Amino acid sequence: MHLHKYEKIWLVFGIISLILFLSIVGVSAFSQDHTPSGGMETIDPKKVNETAPFDKPGVTQLDEDTYQVAVVAMAFGYTGAPEIKVPVGKEIIFKLTSTDVVHSFTIDNTKVNMMVVPGQITTKSYTFNKPGKYLILCNEYCGAGHHFMFTEIEVYES
Amino acid sequence: MIAARDRKLALWNIGIAYTAFLIGTLCGLLQVFIRNDALKLPSWLDYYQILTAHGVLLALIYTTYFIFGFFITGMSKSLGSFGPKVHVYSWIGFAVTTIGTILATAMIVSGEASVLYTFYAPLKASGWYYVGLALFVVGTWISSFALVGHYIVWRKNNKKQLSPLFAFMTVATIVLWIIACLGVVATVLLQYIPWAFGWVDTINVELSRSLFWYFGHPLVYFWLLPAYMAWYVVIPKLLGVKVFSDSLARLSFILFILFSIPVGFHHQLTEPGISNFWKFLQVVLTFMVIIPSLMTAFSMFATFEIAGRKKGGKGLFGWFMKLPWRDVRFTSIFVAMAFFIPGGAGGIINASFQLNEIVHNTLWIVGHFHITVGTPVAMTFMGLTFWIIPYLTGRKFSKSMQKLGFIQIITWSIGMLLMSTSQHILGLLGAPRRTAYSGYNNHPSAMEWFDGILTNHVTMAIGGSILFLSAMILIYIVVMTMFLSPKAEREEDYVAFPMAESDRENTPKILENWWVWIGIAFVLIIIAYAIPLSSMIHHAPPGSEGFKTW
Repeated sequence: MHLHKYEKIWLVFGIISLILFLSIVGVSAFSQDHTPSGGMETIDPKKVNETAPFDKPGVTQLDEDTYQVAVVAMAFGYTGAPEIKVPVGKEIIFKLTSTDVVHSFTIDNTKVNMMVVPGQITTKSYTFNKPGKYLILCNEYCGAGHHFMFTEIEVYES
Repeated sequence: MIAARDRKLALWNIGIAYTAFLIGTLCGLLQVFIRNDALKLPSWLDYYQILTAHGVLLALIYTTYFIFGFFITGMSKSLGSFGPKVHVYSWIGFAVTTIGTILATAMIVSGEASVLYTFYAPLKASGWYYVGLALFVVGTWISSFALVGHYIVWRKNNKKQLSPLFAFMTVATIVLWIIACLGVVATVLLQYIPWAFGWVDTINVELSRSLFWYFGHPLVYFWLLPAYMAWYVVIPKLLGVKVFSDSLARLSFILFILFSIPVGFHHQLTEPGISNFWKFLQVVLTFMVIIPSLMTAFSMFATFEIAGRKKGGKGLFGWFMKLPWRDVRFTSIFVAMAFFIPGGAGGIINASFQLNEIVHNTLWIVGHFHITVGTPVAMTFMGLTFWIIPYLTGRKFSKSMQKLGFIQIITWSIGMLLMSTSQHILGLLGAPRRTAYSGYNNHPSAMEWFDGILTNHVTMAIGGSILFLSAMILIYIVVMTMFLSPKAEREEDYVAFPMAESDRENTPKILENWWVWIGIAFVLIIIAYAIPLSSMIHHAPPGSEGFKTW
């Protein structure tokens, strides 16, 4: 099969760019732990309120530099909220699940953008750099009140 | 001209496509005005019903019917008139698809299925909505098998010959479509329908999402490949040259079959239940599908340059001015291609694993598919509409129609540029997609999003209104060329099907050995999906009951 000389140059340039993009993404993901939210833990969606950590939703300090925030999403709000207050500069591990349909837990102006799927627990680790109040919203369609599903998180100076 | 019976079949498909287009774009117009709080819907109608209708009617119904109209016309033109069996099955396919469409639309309108066109469980629509979707897919399969049957007859009568490029590309697109639909058919028949009718109590949510996206990504290539067919086969004819390279055109379509399917996880990057290893593997495979698009881009610009130089264009870029800009059939498709450059680049960003967190489910994604399916694909279909309907009806496409065609594509481009730019920026700022009007109780962050010059509600509404105006001009052109324009009587008034010649002598025969490519496609699918899907089944949490939250 004949390939024009310029086409070879074009394709080699294109493929090298793709390899470069993928390497940056891959190295950043797997050597520096910059992976998107996820996790393999499962949960019975009917027994969320009896299962740890969602039996006591809210903020728990795990050790000196790590906090866990457990939140349950449901149409159309979040339990464990609105009283979420976490310190700036510490690792915050968010744990989310849903008791009904699919939602999201998305914190504006951050990289926290988690899909919340019933039966699964979504985990994301994040460290806030700036104190203040952040808007949390649901960005996965969940029903007639979807656009009213939001809350806030307060990040305070420690 | 092709046989009258084949023309009738194609025209019915195109007619349904534009009926869906009319209602779908009207829904789009309503959406922009609800989103900026300028319009209150009556109590029996809600935003998410309109949003569901907009998505289903434009992304599924308009595209699919138009694609089959285009395929039927081109297959009849390139391989000869359909036999009686091909006819019967094409009409059965058309009928089944249409019954499915009507059933699903009725459920949406009656408020029994405000689940959007992704219908994520455990949102539970009426069981008949899922039956409608299943009938839709099965109908397209019947129509597909009719076209493949026509192709097989041709191959039997023309042994040891490669098929014409149009027929090859049609079969490649159909192969892609049938393999892709296996995922959605599996989830709808085995999961949704038994659950929605109450034969089983619960559904495995993560499995249903993954099977949906196994289908959902190649679905976009099912829209894109017919547009690519127009770029490869129609454009060179309009420019007066041959297809740049027959073998490269076929190779790129084969690569689409191989790499557009095992990639659905890149729509699920921010969700639980799939480990990072499998997500990343599918990200790598997603990037492979960029290669045939790069090949296509090269072929297109090579064709443009060859044609421009043939017409006397000099210097590095002189050929560019020699292109037939006054021909609306060409200019429309050129603009469509231009939109695909930022569209494709945005797609690379979306698929880039952790980078997806920034844009996932924001308005950026809405902007993205309006400059991929909403313009490159849709405007290519518009460019085809200008000649395919007059070709099929034997009516004239007058000078004033040509002018109206230009107004239509220019307004579509301006409207889309305004609306999609605004959506891209809003998405980067964090504004979510798929929401009715909301300021989140006038939260300062949400107020900030809509404060910019390009990101305020007015810009999006102006963009949406211009788009609707453009859509109505197109509907006018469709109605005129279908029913009202004068019949062509003189030879030069007849509108032709521009189908370029393609030299097949040097094309390797293996490219048309379908079983080889289907085999490799399945190997890749098994590598990408077998382990994660079986772990979703074996390590499934207790399933979910259905919810009707609207």
